[in-house]
Amino acid sequence: MNITRVDFKKMWGPGLLLIILVLLATLSLHASTYTVILLTSILMYVVMTVSWVIFSAPTGYISLAPAAFFGVGIYTSAILGNKLPLPIVIFVGGLASFCLALLVGALTLRLKGIYFAMFTFGLVELIKHLLLWYEIKFTGTRGRFVIVVDNNTIYHVMLIILVALLLIAYLIRRSRFGLALQSIGENEDAAAHTGINVNALKTIAFAISAVFVGAAGAIMATRWTYIDPYIAFNPLFSFMPVLMAIFGGMRRFYGPILGAAIFAYLEEILITRFPYYYMLIFGTILVVTILYLPDGLIGLIQKVQRRISGGQHANT
Amino acid sequence: MPILEGEGVTKYFGGLAAVSSVDFSVYQGEVVGLIGPNGAGKTTLFNLISGALVPQSGAVKFKAENIAGLKPHRICKKGVARTFQSVKIFANMPALENTLLGALFGKPNNTAAADALREATELLEFVGLSAARATPAKDLTLANQKRLEVARALATKPELLLLDELMAGLNPTEVAQAMELVTRIRDRGITVFMIEHVMKAIMSVCDRIMVLHHGVKIAEGTPQEIATSKTVVEVYLGE
Repeated sequence: MNITRVDFKKMWGPGLLLIILVLLATLSLHASTYTVILLTSILMYVVMTVSWVIFSAPTGYISLAPAAFFGVGIYTSAILGNKLPLPIVIFVGGLASFCLALLVGALTLRLKGIYFAMFTFGLVELIKHLLLWYEIKFTGTRGRFVIVVDNNTIYHVMLIILVALLLIAYLIRRSRFGLALQSIGENEDAAAHTGINVNALKTIAFAISAVFVGAAGAIMATRWTYIDPYIAFNPLFSFMPVLMAIFGGMRRFYGPILGAAIFAYLEEILITRFPYYYMLIFGTILVVTILYLPDGLIGLIQKVQRRISGGQHANT
Repeated sequence: MPILEGEGVTKYFGGLAAVSSVDFSVYQGEVVGLIGPNGAGKTTLFNLISGALVPQSGAVKFKAENIAGLKPHRICKKGVARTFQSVKIFANMPALENTLLGALFGKPNNTAAADALREATELLEFVGLSAARATPAKDLTLANQKRLEVARALATKPELLLLDELMAGLNPTEVAQAMELVTRIRDRGITVFMIEHVMKAIMSVCDRIMVLHHGVKIAEGTPQEIATSKTVVEVYLGE
């Protein structure tokens, strides 16, 4: 009985995801421009959150670097956008973030806990100010213009990035690589003494989690048309993935996806409907989630499921 | 030729010599005990062998090759596995996955998932944890967590197994079971180097015993020699 339940769950998740993806892919044919733009930013947040979860959820290293990788992608687009075709620009954006993460990871992943979190956040500020200094000193301007790409293309590129990311994230989670990452989060010393090259593994996972954020930055830049270091390296992009992942719950694969999608939609609704109370309501929802839903939305869903199935899975 | 050999192994913590020019050798197929009062440097010595710490001077030779200074995962792949004094398990993972990780990553070359799974299952049976294979490691009793650590260490196919206080905190029945487990590990052809405070266990299981005190090796010999050694008795009971 237990086995059928597991099987059902295994089929249910990817199946539903596939249907949603097909719907999303064909959506731009009949949806309004507003819907497409809204969905693009929702997809962007899903990309950032799932990327963050690849590295930080299993290993327990809280990374606040997403804004740095995002910004690198944005600047790649700003610098190369009018010189190279779009797919290559996006690829280079991902690659640049990957290289940055590889370098930073190799240097800093020996830091543990809060020190790693602080360093990664410092990285965002460091790159921002370095760039600001460079732009004013050498190019003489603060911001840059980015080539314009139409909304449907941005949307579809973001969707492709997301699909590739979900595939990678799913494979990592199921592979021995994912198991090893999890063991690092459980007990790093024991993992090292079990033959796991913890530093290499952490660095690679960190770099993989940066690729898609960089790619997302490269495509999003084209929607904003004008960028400067403050827009590109906005610390909010470091905190959002963390909050969204917590909001969704990290125990299940679809938790962060659900969390990011609902969170991003909620933000949009609140900004448009209640512009004055937006931050207040947003903060309240966040506090309530953290206090009463320690496992996020996933925890809530599981609780409801348990209620419905009549205490079959009561704690023993 | 010894399978494990230490030559003048030294480690300072600040000004304190935790391990001070210790020479030792462990031969293939032996069970060697390491005893000494608290703070004698026993676990530090194990950390120096397993790569958790790097000695300031001296060499640790495993099968005639100096492994001092290598990373723990490299040393593990060379065939030295260990357990920890305070159990270090993957608490939220099932017992089987704990063992599986050893089988997947601990050997010099890659193992196919199916083979690793078979080995892990076999080892859980060997240590007597078959029934608990799906139980998260944190829900096991201390005795079983220690056995799980042994299974995980054995899964890396070691030639030398370092056991750090396998029997600490166990009740008399569990101690007897652990002693029997050590004997069965030796019967598999694995050399065992163990730190232990339970004298009954160490006296009956070990072929040879080394005594550390304040980071210095003060005695070495068969269990009988150690039990009757004047220096050892002085260290443990005072003059």
